[in-house]
Amino acid sequence: MSEPIFSLWVYLAATPLAGLTLTLVAYLGGFAIYERARFHPLANPVPIAVVIVVAVLAATRTDYRTYFDGAQFVHFLLGPAVVGLAVPLAREWQRVRRLALPIAGALLAGSAVAALSAVGIAWALGASPDTLASIAPKSVTAPIAMGIAETIGGVPALAAVFAVATGVLGAVIGKYVLDACGVAGWPARGFALGLAAHGIGTARAFQVSGEAGAFAGLAFALHGLLAALAFPLGRWLVQSGF
Amino acid sequence: MSPFLAGITWLLVFQFAGEAVVRLAGAPLPGPVVGMALLFAVLVVRGRLPEALATAADGLAKHLSLLFVPAGVGVMMYARQLADEWVPITVALVVSTVLAIAVAAIVFRWLAGRADDR
Repeated sequence: MSEPIFSLWVYLAATPLAGLTLTLVAYLGGFAIYERARFHPLANPVPIAVVIVVAVLAATRTDYRTYFDGAQFVHFLLGPAVVGLAVPLAREWQRVRRLALPIAGALLAGSAVAALSAVGIAWALGASPDTLASIAPKSVTAPIAMGIAETIGGVPALAAVFAVATGVLGAVIGKYVLDACGVAGWPARGFALGLAAHGIGTARAFQVSGEAGAFAGLAFALHGLLAALAFPLGRWLVQSGF
Repeated sequence: MSPFLAGITWLLVFQFAGEAVVRLAGAPLPGPVVGMALLFAVLVVRGRLPEALATAADGLAKHLSLLFVPAGVGVMMYARQLADEWVPITVALVVSTVLAIAVAAIVFRWLAGRADDR
């Protein structure tokens, strides 16, 4: 590279603009592939965009901190987006009220299965105690999962890794699991996806149907609230010798 | 005023309120989840959905997946350090995610009864 172009690159790569632009370009690329694939679950735009960004960061030897200086503007919008999930929920409120019993039942059964099966399998295959405590809240949205991992003796960063990985996984395989179970209604499908794969599963649900998205957002929020209360309670019961 | 701008302002106001409640109560919850609950309560009590709010919320929901890209990149950078435990971790994540989706969906349908399912 000639000298002036090189110094221009050094300048641009160090501004937040680079990370922000890279995130959006990679996502639009991922979304174009997703559209081409007619919203096939295996072509989920999140992992595609992540792989593009990671490849560019590796090729340009950029560290995550520099990238996040720009990407944080996108990351920040998660907050208002989660608040906004109240809107589809308010639209479906009458429906949600009628389905209160299935919602409560699926929430309790699904959240127990998510945590217990993850810990049980990882334990049986010889995972370390750090990993076990960090994998327990993996179906809960990352910020809550990090807090839970901290209270039960796990590693918050590891919990975030497991939560995001679970979200992507659920968004990709959810359709196949639901089809195999023969569950056809949007409320049940959306709720299951939001419960097991939190925000990323909810994003997928919205791409398929607004109704599924509303129930996914509900499951994601209820699971977060339940887990934030249940895990500290569980630790307290264990510690007090119950 | 642009409806999108008014809507996004309302979302930020409720997020702000959620963060304030979390700080004051010392609850181990993220502010946005509490903000969502507050906004939901207000919408149900008012019984009407302001158009500006709907525009902003639907716009963000439509591209919710974009917002997970920065976190996903962080995960990929961190995940390389998990090399020695990748087998138990991968098996546990895949199997438990399949089980959680299946159990939640089947219990939901069972309790809803097939009639109201669709």
